[in-house]
Amino acid sequence: MATGTEPHLNSGGVRSPARAAIAAPHLRTDRWWLAPAATAAGLFAFVVYSTWRAFANADYYAAPYVSPFYSPCLARNCREMAGGPNADLFGGWWGISPAIIILIFPLGFRLTCYYYRKAYYRGFWASPPACAVAEPHKKYTGETRFPLILQNVHRYFFYAALLVAGTLTYDTVLTFRDSQHRWGHMGLGTLVFLLNIVLIWAYTLSCHSCRHIVGGKLKHFSQHPVRYRAWQFVGRLNARHMLLAWASLVSVALADFYVYLVASGVFDDPRFF
Amino acid sequence: MSVVDRQEWDVVVVGAGGAGLRAAIEARERGARTAVICKSLFGKAHTVMAEGGIAAAMGNVNSGDNWQVHFRDTMRGGKFLNQWRMAELHAREAPDRVWELETWGALFDRTKDGRISQRNFGGHEYPRLAHVGDRTGLELIRTLQQKIVALQQEDHRETGDYESRLKVFQECTVTRVLKDGSRVSGVFAYERESGRFFVLEAPSVVVATGGIGKSFKVTSNSWEYTGDGHALALLAGAPLLNMEFVQFHPTGMVWPPSVKGILVTESVRGDGGVLRNSEGKRFMFDYIPDVFKEKYAESEEEGDRWYEDPDHNRRPPELLPRDEVARAINSEVKAGRGSPHGGVFLDVSTRMPAEVIRRRLPSMYHQFKELADVDITAEAMEVGPTCHYVMGGIAVDSDTAAARGVPGLFAAGEVAGGMHGSNRLGGNSLSDLLVFGRRAGLHAAEYAAGLTSARPPVDDAEADAAAAEALRPFSAEGPAPGQEPGRPPENPYTLHQELQQAMNDLVGIIRREGEMEQALERLADLRVRARRAGVEGHRQFNPGWHLALDLRNMLLVSECVARAALERTESRGGHTREDHPEMDRTWRNVNLLCRLADPVGDPAAGDPARGQITLTRETTEPVRPDLLALFEKEELVKYLPEEEL
Amino acid sequence: MSSSYEARFKVWRGDIQGGDLEDFTVEVNDGEVVLDIVHRLQATQAPDLAVRWNCKAGKCGSCSAEINGRPRLMCMTRMSVFTREETITVTPLRTFPVIRDLVTDVGFNYQKAREVPAFVPPEGVGPGEYRMFQEDVDRSQEFRKCIECFLCQDTCHVVRDHEENKQAFAGPRFLMRVAELDMHPLDAAAESGLDRKATAQDEHGLGYCNITKCCTEVCPEHIKITDNALIPLKERAVDRKYDPLVWLGSKIGRRSK
Repeated sequence: MATGTEPHLNSGGVRSPARAAIAAPHLRTDRWWLAPAATAAGLFAFVVYSTWRAFANADYYAAPYVSPFYSPCLARNCREMAGGPNADLFGGWWGISPAIIILIFPLGFRLTCYYYRKAYYRGFWASPPACAVAEPHKKYTGETRFPLILQNVHRYFFYAALLVAGTLTYDTVLTFRDSQHRWGHMGLGTLVFLLNIVLIWAYTLSCHSCRHIVGGKLKHFSQHPVRYRAWQFVGRLNARHMLLAWASLVSVALADFYVYLVASGVFDDPRFF
Repeated sequence: MSVVDRQEWDVVVVGAGGAGLRAAIEARERGARTAVICKSLFGKAHTVMAEGGIAAAMGNVNSGDNWQVHFRDTMRGGKFLNQWRMAELHAREAPDRVWELETWGALFDRTKDGRISQRNFGGHEYPRLAHVGDRTGLELIRTLQQKIVALQQEDHRETGDYESRLKVFQECTVTRVLKDGSRVSGVFAYERESGRFFVLEAPSVVVATGGIGKSFKVTSNSWEYTGDGHALALLAGAPLLNMEFVQFHPTGMVWPPSVKGILVTESVRGDGGVLRNSEGKRFMFDYIPDVFKEKYAESEEEGDRWYEDPDHNRRPPELLPRDEVARAINSEVKAGRGSPHGGVFLDVSTRMPAEVIRRRLPSMYHQFKELADVDITAEAMEVGPTCHYVMGGIAVDSDTAAARGVPGLFAAGEVAGGMHGSNRLGGNSLSDLLVFGRRAGLHAAEYAAGLTSARPPVDDAEADAAAAEALRPFSAEGPAPGQEPGRPPENPYTLHQELQQAMNDLVGIIRREGEMEQALERLADLRVRARRAGVEGHRQFNPGWHLALDLRNMLLVSECVARAALERTESRGGHTREDHPEMDRTWRNVNLLCRLADPVGDPAAGDPARGQITLTRETTEPVRPDLLALFEKEELVKYLPEEEL
Repeated sequence: MSSSYEARFKVWRGDIQGGDLEDFTVEVNDGEVVLDIVHRLQATQAPDLAVRWNCKAGKCGSCSAEINGRPRLMCMTRMSVFTREETITVTPLRTFPVIRDLVTDVGFNYQKAREVPAFVPPEGVGPGEYRMFQEDVDRSQEFRKCIECFLCQDTCHVVRDHEENKQAFAGPRFLMRVAELDMHPLDAAAESGLDRKATAQDEHGLGYCNITKCCTEVCPEHIKITDNALIPLKERAVDRKYDPLVWLGSKIGRRSK
């Protein structure tokens, strides 16, 4: 292993002049690159998939199921969905896929999420790639200035995410209909939607901002017993924030993909009753 | 020489554990410019290892508690050998010292009504120990450290310099207290990092260096515990008091070697852990002394019932006092019935479901899991006695913490003697640090301020001599004067190991006259060889050199322990003589004082085979009548000779 | 399994002038930790090998080093986690200036400690009158488990990879200290005019943290530094600085005073 025998010229970081003269940028012997690589691959796969589906502007409704990517649908060019989440707020001028309008919010929520930040700072930006592995950047200012200072708006995306989760809950209720919009039925898609909405809520409520708003900001829990309980509950969810982030990411893609398969006629939704 | 850097301070505190930091805070708040010197980094002192709590009769959990009860418990624990005035001050002032910590930001565990929670502990009549989980020592040291930083921030606002009135010299070792005539004039020290010597000139020096455990092979103490303060005081002409009293905790880890000596808390036994020998027998039933016969279970069945129903059954003998259990373990091992690594088995795995063990003993579960890779829910622990604390120490004035005979020298904490008598109660050490740390700081500051004439100057010759002494290990290759040439220098690590082995085997938990005489011979031999302890390399952060210098202190202190233990022909508290197994009332009022035999000479020079320590007896001052009246007459007759009653 | 074997070690030796990884072959016995091996090197092969240590039980946080490139406590790294064939590399912490061998100058941390304003006692509450409830002290107590081993400070890329950020960034340990004080139920900093939430960002560099959690990963006390201290502190800073409602409220509040 190459090591320095004299202090390095100022090449920065762990090779700054006063530090122990070791030429290697890191000495880790384990497969430290595995986690960031897997993270990057997973996120990349989702980005590719969601971009395709968001711009497709097709196959997002197969009664009674509406793709979570297209709900609520806020433009006039939306498909009419019986009793579904149509709300023509944007009018007729919106020409491209209506998914783009609404996806901003869940996307922003996840983009500013404290877990995803870690994931993509490590996976995509290598800042740092792994613990005690030197990062390739000359300068680093973190979230102190534009644009990353905008990460501080996470809580507003959280509020929006609550509304989106509410809409998706409504959509899930609608899945208890059949394709003729009659109530009291269930299909395989209903289960997919149920699983998805549970994970979406769990992920949304496990958010660090939520934990703060619910009770974390308080100085004296003893004076707010109800909020203390709520904080503890959110805290338990929060401990699994990473798991929930991935699980809900997969489930939302799965729900969309299920709608795509049914809507595009690949197979018929198996009905239970 | 005399080119060493000099600085002037009002008070120098040697040691940055609980006592040292509390002294420094007090001295600075009394207006003295105060310097703290410590061997480790600031905030790493051995105080962090204290788990149980701080004993203080606040009465938060049981309102029946007060200082008188605490005083009584302390005197009983120390078998009435305590310097009673210290025990009184300690019991009276401990609550204030704990409350004061809260105003500096400490966060103790709370009672339901929001006060400081207090827990039960061995020897304390009421729940008395303020605690933070099992990391009370860390909370104490961190709070004091942060208070010091707070004071430095204050000074920074006023003077623009954080260290203008209170400075911590971390990773520095003091090798000599310097004197002008009989009075303290400063300290001689070196920076461990660079090996650079320096002198701090100060009329007041507070010694707060902790204990001596590193003279023993198996100890719960860290490397810093080399008896530095004890030796500094001796060399400065102050006597050490009752050095024979060394507390051995019965259950320290014995395996693996990396953690040998680390404590296994008493609550393992309190919660149902049992001791077994290699034959699987619960041997403690064979070791119940007659005086305890009525109080302890005679059968395993009865002992087991006690955990559930303590009112109608007697407690199992695993819960006998520390010294009894330690002796029993010792005997089993000597009889060849020990565990593979020289201890006995402490088992909870067959006594409780794994879930319960993890819930009740989380820190022990993790300690064994992480340090030893032993799952205590599945297998037995191996434990044996470990050197834990020295009750003896620098003889001090109870009220002022001033060392006897050396104006300007003060001592507080484990390094000071008297407070705990012959045996210390759990929890009393942390309160001791706070109460007497504060008193030492207070009186050191007052003494420095009260010097009307010129301050005692530091004598150049004395500083030069100290420097020469500190440099000797580098020139050890050459033969010492009067020695035949050609022998290679001694390895300080080897000498240290031999010293630890000798003290452990010969002046350990059970003592015999012949063995202690043998120990004194070995110490004399080691002293001769230690003069030739040599080191390689240079002065910059050289652990071999540091150890070579610490050897002087360990040898001095070890001789004190051995000589005093040989002299005291009785068994009391932390001193057990196989040849004198009973406590003797006539020894109750006898203090043994160790002094340097040749106070002027260099301890490494002169005839090394001759002892360095002389021992004198002294009769203690009778206990004040109102304090004595706190006890029942029937109890007192067990301890006090007729004439004292 | 035989209890003793010879292990190959590479230990960085040197000082600020330079240095190198030095090869050692050293005996390892059953149940030992890396610090035991370093001590054996001292006692048998390299008496002047500089290393910091104290309690040897994971409670003082002195023996921090990097073992196979990962920041660890030497006393808490068991040899059994390595294979016998593996060469074990031990270096000093690579974020701080080296002094000698495994010993680094951790003065940065003590300097940062001084820059965090101390606990402000509440006015009119005397010693012994403090009343705090367990649920109110739980959070700060978790942070006070910190043994100040500075592994989090060492692993944090903000200063590890960018020396120039040391000026502006307090590091995880001391941002956690700010959080500890801000969550202390009786800290009266706000009443004395000190806003710990805002200063966390303005003076202690909270914004540099990009919550990549290495501090939490290396913490030997298993403190959830990121989730329980840094992120809540970021949220508290948002309350102060980026929440229009709070901002408006404080404007009105100030005017009405």
